[in-house]
Amino acid sequence: MDHVEYIDKTQTYYRSQGYTRDYAWAENDTCAFTPLAKPLRESRIGLVSTASLVRLDDAGDPLESSRIMGSNKLEVFPLATDWPAAKLRSMSEDHDRFQTDMSDLGAYLPKDHLSAFAEEGLIGGFAEICWRILPNYSKRKVVAVDAPEVYRQLQEHAVDAVVLTPV
Amino acid sequence: MSLVARYLEEQGLPTVVLSNGYDITARAFTPRALFTNYPLGNPVGRPGDGADQRAGLLAALELLASATAPGEIVDSGRVWSESREWMRLIFSEEQPFLSEEAEARRLAETGQAPG
Repeated sequence: MDHVEYIDKTQTYYRSQGYTRDYAWAENDTCAFTPLAKPLRESRIGLVSTASLVRLDDAGDPLESSRIMGSNKLEVFPLATDWPAAKLRSMSEDHDRFQTDMSDLGAYLPKDHLSAFAEEGLIGGFAEICWRILPNYSKRKVVAVDAPEVYRQLQEHAVDAVVLTPV
Repeated sequence: MSLVARYLEEQGLPTVVLSNGYDITARAFTPRALFTNYPLGNPVGRPGDGADQRAGLLAALELLASATAPGEIVDSGRVWSESREWMRLIFSEEQPFLSEEAEARRLAETGQAPG
């Protein structure tokens, strides 16, 4: 499988920048697994992403703060799935800026594609809300604070399965 | 994002992650993942190419329905460009990942280096 060795490359890169402590990427050898209980055409899908986006008002001014990285506070940000792409601004710094500019939401936050899939009957439905969380160096915080809140809100929206897009 | 997927599966909610980082996704042991060897920031598909994005999303949904065991990573097989130069240049001295402004902002927010 052709792929970039990001773990090795980032370690080498940041050591060359003078950093002495390597980032400890999550490492596991097993996980829970839940089969999809219903066919896709009957399943209501939710969308969760680490895409850094801020909503804009009609004048194009930000409606939200523009933090790039998560803190220790609860940071789960709902976004109406019918919110127009023209009123979102990417704040991402986690993409390959030499190859892509995050101007096309469909490449990383496929809310409009999932809405279309629901209309076409490919999936049973698409939650009215999708969720943004912030990248965070603290794995403990993600698991103990953000993930339970994401789950709670997914349950509120009667989601059967979840699509996740890391950026 | 793999950590969130793992948590949701523990609660009984099926998940699928669309990833551009195969090694990161594999090391975290992600329940289900569709990998596409595109530059970071394009987990669903190529910018400006709705058909490619739909194809990626459909493949992920098919994996969501068809996977029978945890940890499966399917390669979507899509190719960003004939040249593999972008793979060499990412995180290199020639192409620093963050701009100087972005690095300063991140350090100000977190006090930590990215990685």
